[in-house]
Amino acid sequence: MSTGLKWLRIAAAAGAIVAAGSAALAQEKELVFGLQCDRTGPTQTIGVFLCPGYHDYIALLNSKGGVEGFKIRVLEIDNEYKVPPAVEAHERFKKEGVVLEGLYGTPQTMALTKKLEEDKILGTAPGFGTAAATDGKRYPYVFPIAASYWSQGAGAIAFIKKELGGSLKGKKIAYLMYDNPAGKEPLPIFEDLAKSEGFEMRNFAVPAPGVEMGAQVLDITGRFKPDFVIAHLFGRSPSVAIRELKGKGFPMNRVIGFVWAASEADINAAGGYAVANGYNTIQFAGVGNDFPVIKEINAMYKAQGKPTPPQQESSSVLYNRGVFIAAIHAEAARNAIKAKGGAKPTSEDVRNGMESIKGFTLGGLVPPMEITREDHEGGGWVQVWTVKDGKLVKNGDWFQAYRDMIKKHLAAVN
Amino acid sequence: MLHRESGVFKTSYAADMALYPLPVARWTVAAFALLFAVILPLSLHDYYLSIINLSLIAVVGALGLNILVGYTGQISVGHAAFMSVGAYTAANLAVRFDLPFWITLPAGGLMAAFVGAIVGIPSLRIKGLYLAIATLAGQLIIEWVINHTPAISGGAQASIEVPRPALGDHQIKTQGQLYFFLLFFAALSIVATLNLVRSRIGRAFVAIRDQDIAAEIIGINIYRYKLLAFAISSFYAGVCGVLYTYYLGIANYEQFQIGVSIDYLAMIIIGGLGSVLGSILGAVFVTMLPIVIRLVMEPLAGLFLSAGELSSVVASTRLVLFGALIIFFLVVEPEGLNRLWRNIRNYFRTWPFSY
Repeated sequence: MSTGLKWLRIAAAAGAIVAAGSAALAQEKELVFGLQCDRTGPTQTIGVFLCPGYHDYIALLNSKGGVEGFKIRVLEIDNEYKVPPAVEAHERFKKEGVVLEGLYGTPQTMALTKKLEEDKILGTAPGFGTAAATDGKRYPYVFPIAASYWSQGAGAIAFIKKELGGSLKGKKIAYLMYDNPAGKEPLPIFEDLAKSEGFEMRNFAVPAPGVEMGAQVLDITGRFKPDFVIAHLFGRSPSVAIRELKGKGFPMNRVIGFVWAASEADINAAGGYAVANGYNTIQFAGVGNDFPVIKEINAMYKAQGKPTPPQQESSSVLYNRGVFIAAIHAEAARNAIKAKGGAKPTSEDVRNGMESIKGFTLGGLVPPMEITREDHEGGGWVQVWTVKDGKLVKNGDWFQAYRDMIKKHLAAVN
Repeated sequence: MLHRESGVFKTSYAADMALYPLPVARWTVAAFALLFAVILPLSLHDYYLSIINLSLIAVVGALGLNILVGYTGQISVGHAAFMSVGAYTAANLAVRFDLPFWITLPAGGLMAAFVGAIVGIPSLRIKGLYLAIATLAGQLIIEWVINHTPAISGGAQASIEVPRPALGDHQIKTQGQLYFFLLFFAALSIVATLNLVRSRIGRAFVAIRDQDIAAEIIGINIYRYKLLAFAISSFYAGVCGVLYTYYLGIANYEQFQIGVSIDYLAMIIIGGLGSVLGSILGAVFVTMLPIVIRLVMEPLAGLFLSAGELSSVVASTRLVLFGALIIFFLVVEPEGLNRLWRNIRNYFRTWPFSY
């Protein structure tokens, strides 16, 4: 037999195995979830920690029999933080019949908003996209599911108010922001609050990629001399901000970072916990491994004779966010299956399921959110975690801030 | 395209410049037209059409960049910014004035051409790497202006939602309908480029690329033609941006950042500088190859790995394979896929009776 023919046979055999395998899978009761990730692009420092958390939670669910008897298959596609691959990923998900999909990246979320609506598949965008998507009437198929930048901004101000003794009258707050749409998004909220609370706010824009901000930090510490700094930065820049502010002698406990400036990786890159001691971070999912669900995942790994996932150790902030997203997805599917009396739900059923999530806290990892048709953000809950003695420590419980004012702004833009 | 005579028998310039050197070439084009206009849309699933759609948009952009870089020899790292100019022009016209796509599309192209000609002004004085830096500055300035001008960008989010293009009362919405919409403009730009490069303007471009002083001596107004090259190239980029906007239903400047400019440069270098077919091959190669690699890898790796491990391995390996294949093709033929194709074709020109 010629080598060519031999290879052909091997390929044919492999193809047959694959075909048989997928046929066997299809016969089971199965739901498909689509997940876009960024394990290789410019923000891969997030994807490599977040996505394993997602897969681990789904694996845990499947090991316990799935969701209401349905096994879940996750189809993950790496979009490299580029728009064309994200579009391709969405079309692939549609072809595979996903009931929902996890989006990744703000431009990608924007680019898919219309497609999701046309195809009637919901997409979750925690920490991405626009705050306006909170309004479920205007954006029926986009779910921020976590606090938007508006809610984070309001949360930061509420936290500062508490830290500064209950009043912001005459105080000065510096807003150190990434000079892109995401960085500018909370500005209307800050302007409104500055008026009603009576503090002075000044913006310090850092151009992308934000690894050079000596001038801005000098301006803050030397001239403006604020009582508090809010940092809304991405990628490598949060660590630079921590280092620069520390270098100029600004007290770390007077700095608060938004959700993408809040992971262990940022603190490590800034020079470790000793440097960042006192730094406050806003979180939309619980931090650390002291949650029942994380312990269950670790028990599952132990039962399989494998070590605990390293991502959990090195960045529990991002890993837990992956678990958080997976848990919300699974809960939406569970609600949908229950509503259909155990039958297989469509993507529209799952959207209705998502809009009835309530009182699902996963032992404190998930905030006490309530997603409704009007509010796809679930209430805009945040938690502040502070760097203390070599780890991130919870600083108060889940809270919502200035909700009425945010609703007013939502009504104005939509 | 596929067939060639067994030697060079041309006796007139007209024969040399003909788009269809042989009757059989006409049939090949007809066969391609049939394939793309009838067979593919009828036989392919929406998903595969969506991949072709992305490639069609990329083809328009790559053709434009190749006119500038490949034919005229002026390097530009600001191609994505010109796309965003087209995208925002069309989006603003479509939303504020409710204009249909057959007005917004050329308007977006013209606005991009205007801005492109301005960014191209430094090319009158500087060349090569220096020009690359000047156009890079153009890219960053345009990004900054869009980001900081709410009148253009439509607010803090710098994105404008655009209604679907419509033909009469019929909205172009599904992947299949969008396929014909994009195919029309991609085909139009291919034919336009083929004709441009064999015209007086195209030949002037090539003369400037090969030796600008010599070009000036034989009577080509270099300044005019350099700016014209920037304008035409940016027109294509603008149209490409408008097509993106209609395809996605939104104009968002973060889709047109510096990385995209680099991607398009990669397309024309891999495809072949200074060739129409090369632009097409390069655009298709860069858009489709990562997808094809993943589609092949997924079932194979799925035999050994769990879902979580699979995604991590596939994502990283795909990137390595993609890079390796680019290096492989460029080492085999530094002049790109177009040259590779020509080598193959030339081999078969006299086959099996070569010598």
